[in-house]
Amino acid sequence: MHNTLVIFKKELKSFFNSPMAYIFLVIFALVTGYFFTNTFFLYNQSDMRALFSIVPLVYLFFIPAVTMSLIAKEKSVGTIETISTLPIQDRDVVLGKFLAGYSLIIIGLMVTVIHYITLAFVGTNVDHGAVLSGYFGLILLGGVYSAVGIFSSSLTENSVVAFIIGVFIVLIFFLLDKTLIFVPDAFAGFVQYLSVDFHLSNISRGVIDTRNLVYFGSVIGFFLFLTTRIVESRKWG
Amino acid sequence: MIKVENLSKSYGPVEAVKSLSFEVNDGEIVGFLGANGAGKSTTLKVMTGFLSPTSGNVYVDNLNIFDHEHEIQKKIGYLPELNPLYVDMKVFDLLKFHASVRGMNDKHFKTALERVVHDCGLSGVIHRNVGDCSKGYKQRIGLAAAMIHDPEILILDEPVTGLDPNQIVEIRQLIKQLGKEKLVIMSSHILQEIQATVDKIIIINNGELVAEGSSDELIASAQGLAQLKLELTGATEDGIQEMKAFIPSVSIHSINSNDNSSLVTLEYEYTSDPRKDIFDYAVKSQWSILEMSQSKTNLEDVFRSLTQKGDQGNA
Repeated sequence: MHNTLVIFKKELKSFFNSPMAYIFLVIFALVTGYFFTNTFFLYNQSDMRALFSIVPLVYLFFIPAVTMSLIAKEKSVGTIETISTLPIQDRDVVLGKFLAGYSLIIIGLMVTVIHYITLAFVGTNVDHGAVLSGYFGLILLGGVYSAVGIFSSSLTENSVVAFIIGVFIVLIFFLLDKTLIFVPDAFAGFVQYLSVDFHLSNISRGVIDTRNLVYFGSVIGFFLFLTTRIVESRKWG
Repeated sequence: MIKVENLSKSYGPVEAVKSLSFEVNDGEIVGFLGANGAGKSTTLKVMTGFLSPTSGNVYVDNLNIFDHEHEIQKKIGYLPELNPLYVDMKVFDLLKFHASVRGMNDKHFKTALERVVHDCGLSGVIHRNVGDCSKGYKQRIGLAAAMIHDPEILILDEPVTGLDPNQIVEIRQLIKQLGKEKLVIMSSHILQEIQATVDKIIIINNGELVAEGSSDELIASAQGLAQLKLELTGATEDGIQEMKAFIPSVSIHSINSNDNSSLVTLEYEYTSDPRKDIFDYAVKSQWSILEMSQSKTNLEDVFRSLTQKGDQGNA
């Protein structure tokens, strides 16, 4: 735990030591803000559905961008050798890095709370519960995408390649339930269960079911486990 | 104490290290010598737990690397080849990070920081970004990070590459200083560097141990006889032959006399040094010595003969 925290702090600090974090936060705020306010006045309703539908799309590209160099850069610079020969478990390294990337995503999401605050002041009949569960869903989604991102970062030493792999896998999760009509009925339920949108829509509606939580938890756990194994595999290279 | 036992490491079909065994005791500075690609770095990477051995084992204080990787890593300070560093961190943060991973508290870190800043001469750069430092400073930052926790064992993979001659001397002195109480293993392909710093040399070639010993031992074993070139005036050939009776340890290799002087080449066992006797004999015989030079086999010759022998053996 101590070592996870040390890695977490180091990674988060290095995000904010470089322009990376600021560029991410500013552009994320601009993009989500633009799309939210653009349609907000058309609907003329005091809800944040517009934001909650745009953020998963923005995440598709932003999260792999944030996580792409978490491990790939260590490999390309060679610091993977430094960190692997310190008395830290590889899983602590992976977890610490994942949490750092994930935190940056959550910080970005928290910037959009400003829209909610505005809404709470000027709107009428704001459904606070729906907003809360909407945010909760996005936080879980960010976790899945971050885990996929760090996984793809562990596959290569080239950050750009890691980004492309990351976007690709995240896109699969995103599109799965849009392919349901092509899937034989026997598999439809299974494919639907794998799709991130299916679980997200439940949570966004305000239904917080353990099945959905288990889904998010296990997908995150699965990708972090794979990442750890890949980082460990250097030993037998 | 480090014991490497029948260590082999393969990268796919390529066998980088083949059944390598050696021991290093506490308080020894050991030089790991070999051509590029001989398997030096691979061996060090296995010893530090970055790679797993394909077969064989590494023991550090009787702990084996398979079961006690982290205990071993706690004892070791490692400076990897090419000195990879987190360039976007400040020097202070980098050292603090290493200290935190080593489980040092703030107070402990503060004294350790003073020690490594002094030993590695980092006071000027401590608040700078690592990436902005010169290559020499980076090398010293890497070294400082490796020794922040005052490890029992220091493993340095080519610690002086990229340093200027003054810095090399400083680092060499530092390593010698550290070697008084620690076990230091340093690899290098710069022979003079190894010769000037270490107590014991391990030469590997094509992943195999080809020689082990102090540099004098290696030189002695590589070539039994030292040669001495003499240029004399006033000496006759017979007189020179007579000298042999007085100094039995030397044998005469060749004598070339011309009108003014004689060029004499003598041979003797490496361990004996008859130069003073020869000088005294020359004075007694009223010869004038114009030149006397001992041609020593240097480590470079030893290295070349050992590593080329290995190549031929493989062919």
